[in-house]
Amino acid sequence: MNLDFSPEEVAFRNEVRTFIEENYPEEMRGTGAREDLTRDQFLAWHKVLGKKGWAAPAWPEKYGGTGWTSTQRYIWSEENARVDAMMPLPFGVSMVGPVIYTFGNEEQKARYLPKILSGEEWWCQGYSEPGAGSDLASLKTTAVRDGDHYVINGQKTWTTLAQHADWGFFLCRTAPNAAKPQEGISFILVDMNTPGIEVRPIITIDGGHEVNEVWLTDVRVPVENRVGEENQGWTYAKFLLAHERSGIAGVARSKRGIERLRNIASTELLDGEPLIKDDSFSRKISQLEIDLTALEFTELRTLARESAGKGPGPESSILKVKGTEIQQRLTELTLEAVGSYGAPDFRGFPSDGSNEFAIGPDYAHQAAPTYFNFRKTSIYGGSNEIQRNIITKMILGL
Amino acid sequence: MDFNFTEEQTMIRDSLARLIREQYDFDTRMGVVKSDSGWRPEMWAQFAELGLLMAPFSEEDGGLGGGPIDAMVVMEEFGKGLVVEPFVPSVVCAGGFLKHAGSAAQKEEHLQAIMGGASTFAFAYAEPRGRYNLADLETTAKKDGAGYVLNGHKAVVIGAPWADKLIVTARTGGDRRDEGGISVFIVDKDADGVTTRDYPTVDGRRASEVYFENVSVGADALIGSEGDALPLIEQVIDEAIAATCAEAVGAMGVAHQMTVEYSRQRRQFGTPIGKFQVLQHRMVDMFMEHEQSISMTYMATLKLGEDAVERKKAVSAAKVRIGQSGRFVGQESIQIHGGMGMTEELAVGHYFKRLTMIDSEFGNVDHHMRRYTALSATDLAAAAE
Repeated sequence: MNLDFSPEEVAFRNEVRTFIEENYPEEMRGTGAREDLTRDQFLAWHKVLGKKGWAAPAWPEKYGGTGWTSTQRYIWSEENARVDAMMPLPFGVSMVGPVIYTFGNEEQKARYLPKILSGEEWWCQGYSEPGAGSDLASLKTTAVRDGDHYVINGQKTWTTLAQHADWGFFLCRTAPNAAKPQEGISFILVDMNTPGIEVRPIITIDGGHEVNEVWLTDVRVPVENRVGEENQGWTYAKFLLAHERSGIAGVARSKRGIERLRNIASTELLDGEPLIKDDSFSRKISQLEIDLTALEFTELRTLARESAGKGPGPESSILKVKGTEIQQRLTELTLEAVGSYGAPDFRGFPSDGSNEFAIGPDYAHQAAPTYFNFRKTSIYGGSNEIQRNIITKMILGL
Repeated sequence: MDFNFTEEQTMIRDSLARLIREQYDFDTRMGVVKSDSGWRPEMWAQFAELGLLMAPFSEEDGGLGGGPIDAMVVMEEFGKGLVVEPFVPSVVCAGGFLKHAGSAAQKEEHLQAIMGGASTFAFAYAEPRGRYNLADLETTAKKDGAGYVLNGHKAVVIGAPWADKLIVTARTGGDRRDEGGISVFIVDKDADGVTTRDYPTVDGRRASEVYFENVSVGADALIGSEGDALPLIEQVIDEAIAATCAEAVGAMGVAHQMTVEYSRQRRQFGTPIGKFQVLQHRMVDMFMEHEQSISMTYMATLKLGEDAVERKKAVSAAKVRIGQSGRFVGQESIQIHGGMGMTEELAVGHYFKRLTMIDSEFGNVDHHMRRYTALSATDLAAAAE
């Protein structure tokens, strides 16, 4: 056991740092809330990485992965966080991609994986339904076989950034009379331009349009778009959820957030002194950083286990719970740090493209919306209550 | 000891609750929040008609003979309805300054207008670099003949877009952060040299940055005497805090009720989610936080008339409790509502946002914890002597 980077790893860090410095798109530096980005902005870095072959470091090399060790991947995410990089969105690279290369057939791998890597095709996730959130297995969207097509009917919700999506992966019920709700579900890839699909925006409490309802009415999808076996979709769904959870800790990003918070607290004044000199505030930052360190080393242990050939297990629930709690506290402290200037609502501003209406310091503008928005993190990806249920069942055996 | 409300207070509560129920439902409120003006002057007129705006003032001043408890009753109902109209800035703050220190002429001119709803005030005290320290002022008022000339920048002045007059704190002497040398003025919002930038706030209200550039006011603009207004400002802000705590109590109660109701309706795993013990206990904790917030709000409101140290400790204790409870209740309301709690179309998220922002009004948890601790140290030192 040791914590030092080997000379090779130091060389690797220098290589990726230089690459990021030279190639991270200029127009993406200093961009604000993610949900306000355009499609092109979301994809700007992804496309660069696609060309370089670095879009999906965790994938097996034969499908376009980098073959990096877990330490190299750790270095990679650290270095990206340094510039607050807008990383490739998880829906293709971290979610459907691994399902396709693990359970898909050769045609599917050849058809979908390259365009996920290149960023040419944008994916969204058709999992949750109005009546099936935490209890995902109770989903009601049906896919009924009609010759060599499925006809899909139902409604999905909380579909992140579906407004930009070219493709979606949908969980649909293909055997309505199965004995258990987890049985009789299939994993189906759907071209979002198919007739019968309607994407309706859901505006969240921060004022953003990040999530959507997706309505499916007699949507005809070729049977060949099903991944794996019919009625075995739950297995693939669970596999995907475990992958989703492992990326969810957000350690590198939270580190960057703490750094930003320290900068804010060094600028904000309390009785004429920097806020950071206030014991009660600086201790809260310390506490957060200590908790983040615990999370970081838990994640490193998980990664090491993964690179030893064991997939992400139920331990990844720890990363989800602790990671999101830290992210939320970070947004909470940031809002606290900016004081009264957390109140102005910049989204509602008369915007004429000039900076004339800039009120208060720039770093305050996103503090409240981000805090509001990040309440989602303990809800999505399997709520933190569900993660605790998983640990209860899978690890404690209760 | 008596925690009962008078007949008059109960009447105010009932008629206000009915008005809000009938004319301030969530959809109407959202329409108003998104409208150009962001409030309803006609609603303000109805509040005046009901006597709300004169309720906390003595009969001698032309009021209904009530006090802080009446303001508490009003603000709790405002909290339940997420009312945006500026009761705290205009009635509690501006009215408070006039009540405590206004001259007969000032009361005659301004307090009557506030109580009748003809005039709306905002309270410009916070500054970009002052955080929550009321004495950390860069705004100056320089003696000029009989009057004064004001210069400075006031930050996030709640309700200023709707106000025709401002109460402004400024330094007439002393150094930045000195306790002495602070004065309070009444300034017409349309006076020469006053400019504003108006904007919406994240919790559905309106505020302004207010800039004073060589604004001349007469000697009659000064409230109380020159240079020693800090104790008065603290008194008024303590009253505003108590009223804001009542608002938080109202909002917390509704958020909790909505959450319990949702947990009854929402079914997952074949059962209402309210049947899950982990959520039950969390909602019990929300209930306890709400109850304790009610207690602290009563306590602080009842002690507003005590000597300064006793009053400040009571108010800071309440604000700490309300800040912490409001955060907990708000966050858990969203969590238990799940994704639905994140949507703009559901009311619960708006209660969460208001509860969040109340913490940073008139000093957050840390600020009041610090004030409470300092006052306790003073108490201890006095006891030791």
